[in-house]
Amino acid sequence: MPEDDIILKLDSIVKIFPGVKALDGVHLEIKKGEIHALCGENGAGKSTLMKIISGAHPYTSGNMYFEGEKVSFHSTKEARDKGISMIYQEFNLIPYLSVAENIFLEALPKKKNGLFDWKTLNQKAKELLDRLKLNVDPQLPVNKLSVAQAQMVEIAKCLSRNAKVIIMDEPTAALTDEEIDILFSIIRSLSQEGISIIYISHRLDEIFKLADRVTVFRDGKNVATKSIGDIGYQELVSMMVGKDISDLYPHREYSGQETVLEAKNITGRGVKDVSFELKKGEILGIAGLMGSGNIELSKILYGAIPMEKGEIKIGNAPADCGTPRKALRAGIGFVSDDRKNEGLILIRSVKENISLSSLKKICSHSFVNHKAEEKMVTKNIRSLNIKVSSYNQLGQNLSGGNQQKVVFAKILETVPSICIMDEPTRGVDVGAKSEIYQIMNRMTEEGKSIILVSSDLPELIGMSDRILIMREGKIVMSLNRNESNQELILAYAAGGVGE
Amino acid sequence: MNAKEKAFRVLTVHRTSIILALILIVAAFLSPAFLSASNMLNVIRQVSITAIIGAGMTFVILTGGIDLSVGSVVGLAGAFSAGVLQTTDSVPLAVGIGLLTGLICGFINGFFIAKCGIPAFIATLAMMTLLRGCILVYTNGTPISVQSDIYKAVGKGSLAGIPVPIIILLFVYLAAYILLTHTAYGRTVYAIGGNREAARLSGISVVKNEWIVYIIIALLSSLAGIILTARLGTAAATAGEGYEMDAIASVIIGGTSLAGGQGFILPTVIGALILGVLDNILTLMNVNPFATNIVKGVVILIAVLADKKFKDLSAKVNQ
Repeated sequence: MPEDDIILKLDSIVKIFPGVKALDGVHLEIKKGEIHALCGENGAGKSTLMKIISGAHPYTSGNMYFEGEKVSFHSTKEARDKGISMIYQEFNLIPYLSVAENIFLEALPKKKNGLFDWKTLNQKAKELLDRLKLNVDPQLPVNKLSVAQAQMVEIAKCLSRNAKVIIMDEPTAALTDEEIDILFSIIRSLSQEGISIIYISHRLDEIFKLADRVTVFRDGKNVATKSIGDIGYQELVSMMVGKDISDLYPHREYSGQETVLEAKNITGRGVKDVSFELKKGEILGIAGLMGSGNIELSKILYGAIPMEKGEIKIGNAPADCGTPRKALRAGIGFVSDDRKNEGLILIRSVKENISLSSLKKICSHSFVNHKAEEKMVTKNIRSLNIKVSSYNQLGQNLSGGNQQKVVFAKILETVPSICIMDEPTRGVDVGAKSEIYQIMNRMTEEGKSIILVSSDLPELIGMSDRILIMREGKIVMSLNRNESNQELILAYAAGGVGE
Repeated sequence: MNAKEKAFRVLTVHRTSIILALILIVAAFLSPAFLSASNMLNVIRQVSITAIIGAGMTFVILTGGIDLSVGSVVGLAGAFSAGVLQTTDSVPLAVGIGLLTGLICGFINGFFIAKCGIPAFIATLAMMTLLRGCILVYTNGTPISVQSDIYKAVGKGSLAGIPVPIIILLFVYLAAYILLTHTAYGRTVYAIGGNREAARLSGISVVKNEWIVYIIIALLSSLAGIILTARLGTAAATAGEGYEMDAIASVIIGGTSLAGGQGFILPTVIGALILGVLDNILTLMNVNPFATNIVKGVVILIAVLADKKFKDLSAKVNQ
């Protein structure tokens, strides 16, 4: 593999959207066969750049060279024909067509008589799947596949078009740890075959594990490109944020005594006989692999999933948390792990989203007091530092971090004594992450308690006073702040110890 | 915001009114009789029934639902009301029974849709057929005529020169406007249509509030049924047939999203006016009545297409 063979080169690329300069003179060189990670906060320009490289957007000025030849794509098809393919976070697969049909959708083989050549199709698909070591019947409809398998089919699609550069946008977002390992080994073998991978991810640990080089973006420009061996975690984070975030997880004093919530023998979908206590001002972490029941437990406590058996006591009195409405009334707030489908109403304004759970507060005799509402919303936008053009902006036009802050504002307005948070920083950039952690700490200082369910172990360890580890619907271990580390948590979560 | 963007915003917000204005101008050129006061009042009087149902349909569509049973509710409420009037001669009782019919129909629709979770399209399709059957059984297929002049005044009378149906129409839209934009209930309607699960997790009683929406539309449909019976002086077994389509079309022409969560109440009345004016001008020009539907269909398609273009454009501008 020739080391310094540049396959894709971007020179002073500028992209202007009406009123916004999304890219401001980007330089980027991708070598043949390298795994090149791109990172930066939301809005730094990564996605725009990827859309330009893959032909979804034209660029305003600058030059782009592919294999030494100047190119300017007018469609994604043009880019694909040259050899640049992109795999989006939301896959472009047709659910009821077979794996083979999806792979060759753009160039389905035909027989001489014009009829469809099933045999060749399935055979060619099988060859590609074998190359990816994916043991799946090419005739299986795509909707029968797991997320990880569907992703492999996307990769196979790129290979079928002889892609020389494959762009992957947050490919691990929905994968389990095991599946991520498989994906990584495939990405590595593709790179050995000479295919260049442009890899976008919020998860910095992945970048260190996988990439050869990393380019950091900030405010529409590339700030630096480094070999992965020449850069440390802290340095990378500071380059992304543009300032030194020395301590992502701020220090906090905690000496909780008073029990605010007592859960006894909680049983429901995916959760078996779970009991625990939550203290005032405590952040209680709940760890567990996908399917361990940790997300389900949080939803049962909030009444979003019915509780089959068990008892919840809040402040020593039995509490009825049968529905989210009742749970809210009992003083429980809830941040869903699925912000877009369960957290926000994307097509309504920031204002309406923030006031939604506390309409009573801004209404007199059921009539909305618009002045009071605007005051409440403005106060939250300021105190949580939510970046919006106005409170009438639609939820869907905000970045992930700001959407999550809107969710927080909505919940804080209900003045909960206990707040359950599922993956509160998923898909949120580092700057907003740090702000969310500060909000959480401020909440505990006010005497609120937090149940934190997260698959981000550094976050869980950094934030929690105590961590409960779940496996197969049960709590298998409880660790205090000073006892917990990633290896230990994973070992209990996966069932390696304590049988 | 520069002048161009401002102009664009005005165009976007008032797009339905602009389409209506264009149709009015063309109509005025095509027929001199069109602009006369008596003809105008006549148009609005005819439109009022569609528009009153359309107000309810706006609520339903905002929650992401649909109600196909409105035409049958119009017919049934009219038939029961006329029947009671014939036997008791009591106008308040006749009106009361008519409205009660709507209330019960809406309660049943809401039960199946909000409580049992049956898709609104299917539940109301079944109710549409079922209620039409009830009308036929009750009337035995023969129209029930209305004698009381007081009752007839609901459809034909005027107060201070303004026809009663128009007064009712104004009142309905005022109430609907206040309900949607100035009350907590209005917020929940938008929230449920915008994202049902997020609304539920935000502590909104989705079942109760969705249920109420179907009661509102059925009540308004029964009101429309009473006005129709009063105006015609008779309750026919076929009364109200096809009204669901006009009501839905009014809402869609008014720019409310069929997916729910986005839209406004006032453009619906303009949507209804567009349909009514078209009907009227085609009649004035002696167009073959069978061909009227073709023109209406074309106009609906054009209006929805224009609406989509506007939305795409404004999404681009807001990016």
